[in-house]
Amino acid sequence: MGSYIVKRLLSAVPVLLGITLIVFLIMALIPGDPATAILGSYATPENVERLNRQLGLDEPMWKQYFIWLGNLLQGDMGRSFALNRPVLDEVLDRFGATLVLAGTSFVLCALLGVLAGVVSAARQYGLADKAITFAVIIGISVPPFFLGMMMILLFAVRLGWLPASGMYAIYGGGDLPDLLRHLIMPALALSVVATGVIGRLSRSAMLEVLRQDFIRTARAKGVHERSVIWRHALRAAMVSIIPVLGIQAGFVISGAVYIEIVFQWPGVGRMLVDAILRRDILLVQGGVVVVAACYVMFNILVDVAQSLLDPRIKT
Amino acid sequence: MSAFLKLLFRNRLAGAGAVVLAIIVVLVLLTPVLPLQPPNVTDTADRFLRPFSEGHLLGTDHLGRDLLSRLLWGTRLSLAVGFAAAIVAAVLGAAVGIIAGYFGGRIDNTIMRGIDMLMAFPYILLALAIVAALGPGLMNALIAVAAVNIPFFARNIRGITVGLAGKEFVDAARLAGLGHGRILLFELLPNVVPVIVIAMSTTIGWMILETAGLSFLGLGSQPPQADLGSMLGEARSAMITAPHTSVVPGAMILLIVMSINLLGDGVRDALDPRLKSGALSRPMAATLVERERVPEARGEGLLDIQELQTQFHVGRRIYRAVDGVSLTLEPGESLGIIGESGSGKSVTALSVMGLVASPPGVITGGAARYKGQDLIGAKYPRLRSLRGDRIAYIFQDPLSTLHPLYRVGDQLAEAILSHHSVSKAEAMQRAVGLLEDVRIPNAENRARAYPHELSGGMRQRVGIAMALANEPDIIIADEPTTALDVTVQAQILALLDDLRRDRGLAILFITHDFGVVGQLCDRVAVMYAGRIVEEGPTAEVLDDPAHPYTARLIACVPELGQGRREMAAIPGLPPAVDNLPEGCAFAPRCDKATPACRAGDIPLAGTERRRVRCIHPETDVEAVA
Ligand code: SF4
Repeated sequence: MGSYIVKRLLSAVPVLLGITLIVFLIMALIPGDPATAILGSYATPENVERLNRQLGLDEPMWKQYFIWLGNLLQGDMGRSFALNRPVLDEVLDRFGATLVLAGTSFVLCALLGVLAGVVSAARQYGLADKAITFAVIIGISVPPFFLGMMMILLFAVRLGWLPASGMYAIYGGGDLPDLLRHLIMPALALSVVATGVIGRLSRSAMLEVLRQDFIRTARAKGVHERSVIWRHALRAAMVSIIPVLGIQAGFVISGAVYIEIVFQWPGVGRMLVDAILRRDILLVQGGVVVVAACYVMFNILVDVAQSLLDPRIKT
Repeated sequence: MSAFLKLLFRNRLAGAGAVVLAIIVVLVLLTPVLPLQPPNVTDTADRFLRPFSEGHLLGTDHLGRDLLSRLLWGTRLSLAVGFAAAIVAAVLGAAVGIIAGYFGGRIDNTIMRGIDMLMAFPYILLALAIVAALGPGLMNALIAVAAVNIPFFARNIRGITVGLAGKEFVDAARLAGLGHGRILLFELLPNVVPVIVIAMSTTIGWMILETAGLSFLGLGSQPPQADLGSMLGEARSAMITAPHTSVVPGAMILLIVMSINLLGDGVRDALDPRLKSGALSRPMAATLVERERVPEARGEGLLDIQELQTQFHVGRRIYRAVDGVSLTLEPGESLGIIGESGSGKSVTALSVMGLVASPPGVITGGAARYKGQDLIGAKYPRLRSLRGDRIAYIFQDPLSTLHPLYRVGDQLAEAILSHHSVSKAEAMQRAVGLLEDVRIPNAENRARAYPHELSGGMRQRVGIAMALANEPDIIIADEPTTALDVTVQAQILALLDDLRRDRGLAILFITHDFGVVGQLCDRVAVMYAGRIVEEGPTAEVLDDPAHPYTARLIACVPELGQGRREMAAIPGLPPAVDNLPEGCAFAPRCDKATPACRAGDIPLAGTERRRVRCIHPETDVEAVA
């Protein structure tokens, strides 16, 4: 097991390097003088000169990449001039909020999606199946930002049950119940699409598994039907559901950008959008690298979970 | 094509999606000629008019602009941009995919590495990075969304191309001296176009959504130009006071994406032949029973199967897999059912405990009585409590019939725990004992193995141990040795024979192998096309077969107990059981067939001891007795 984890971690190194390279290349698309673009309105001649020296902007491209990568590996992602603080500090501050939101959503969509898929498959063509299938069709089609707005209208404005925005109440908040009250709506809104996708996939994975011979064996030995579905079938179906959970995690993170804007959640997605509108290039660069790297690591976790579940995978 | 459309519209939701989408597209195409107010003329006096106001069907926005007009123009823009992004992504992705798949080797490797890395990003990060570099704007949003979707196309198309690149027509083109460019364009491209189109239809909804999303964030279309996303984005600040300005563009996005998704699902279903046959149905916990009449109990045997009828209902076709089979199994007796595949022997065996997959299986008649109690009509809890407890099964291929992800010891213990309330530790202990009973060496360790870690013979011993777990009265063995090689086959048969003698088990043995029957069975029933054609003591049937079919089967066997005997050696094919000829089902393959054979139903005639369903039997079964 340990050696498998090490192997997977090692295989992530080239992917992580690839990510830095891709981000670097995209940033090289910036038209005009990069130092001026990065500094924006702070582009005094001294600042431009200093930045050129720091980032090696007058060196050839490949050298620039290695200078940037070297800095990155030392945790130096440059400074956000608009915020006047190091990029890494800002990104890490914001990333925590995104993790709370996206993590909760991910757990929600995994649980609800698999639950819906299993129930749907077990009652194929029954009322529950039809209702779930219909809900899934709507769920995977609804734009998360629109859904978020409609939820605010209903639950915050009309009914007044939940706060409309932010992570904590401005006055007197800050404890866990306060966080949860703020978290419910954005987390739900964010999980809807992924729940639909996971539910749909779980249903077909379950249908596929339920036709297998080993399910008939379980029934032939008198296993309770409940246990046939929730143990024998689900366990086998998870083998094809888990990789999709990994992919959907990427969609949850993507959707988080919209949800953070709609609910004014102080996460990394909102930071990125604000930074783009301000043309705070270094902040965008740093934020993208950090989040993408975390996503790669998360997918290694998914692989490890898969190998724990399926003894046929060579460890 | 029209069959395809029919299939598509049979799916009502897909049809609805197609209609809605068509209406939207027509409206959008007509927008420039419709009598609409100009979309960008502001009128601050008439801000936030509600829907159905005079002159403004959908009301006005925060600058007093007509919402209906803006909606249609915005939809037009959103659809155009989404479609353009899809085309760009498809063209570039397909180009990359075809090149990688065609050239293979290092080129393929390098390209796919790059694609994998692009896919390592959550898609929006990549899109945001591109927009950040190029600056906000609709064109740049389009580029970003297209770029993000390129890897998806490249991967799909590469997969198809790799398959095609090895085909003869490509080799032929190369030998004919065509250059790479021509082969790519004229030989490969036409073959991958359908795949590109399907991939586009499944992603275009996403791309519309994604571009709208970027516009919503303020990174796409810039005022005064507005697509649906930026309309929604602008309306957000007035969401509470004038919700209709948000609802109108938002609902439109939802409608477009949903109709595209519905249509896409319909197209996929129509193209996927597996769904047509209903093969994706899952079997229920017990076979469906629809009997009109239940035969009177005869009070015979330990297990008494009477006039059993099991059918498969697929669409409008009905396959009579088992058509009136009667059999009796006495305590401690071993009865063989022999026949070709498709003769209904396995279905007969599975029907007893309601294990025929349903749908499509339906038991339409007859009874199966265990100690006088009908199993066919039994309620599920009763059936479950007997399954594996009093009547247990052994199946053919133990690799697919054991759960691949549980240890064999746990699977055995579960069989015990399903019927006895003992502790887990105790069940595990008994499981190890069972493995010893079926002569698995080192049972303690083997109990912790997964099925894939055992040999075929070992796995089948586990299957037998599982059947023995609750000391049943009857074991139904469905071709338990077919998947094994000859020496292991002999061992397993010997084991079964010993177990039966030691424990007084009754065995119903399903096989296509007369050698196996000769070795293990007291009596044998021969099945053909869903019916029993001959029945009697094994030795008598083997020495002196009465039915021409049995005689031919036995003649095909060179020497009993040696290797595999294939029944296909008989000329002609077994009949399809949805379309049986009148009279004797074997007549088309029978040398002795006369017109009388095809005239009407032929009964299973003879004595209690030996019976045959033939009007010109090879031997007089009544005389034998
Ligand atoms: S009934 Fe006629 S056709 Fe059928 S097996 Fe007997 S002889 Fe052959």
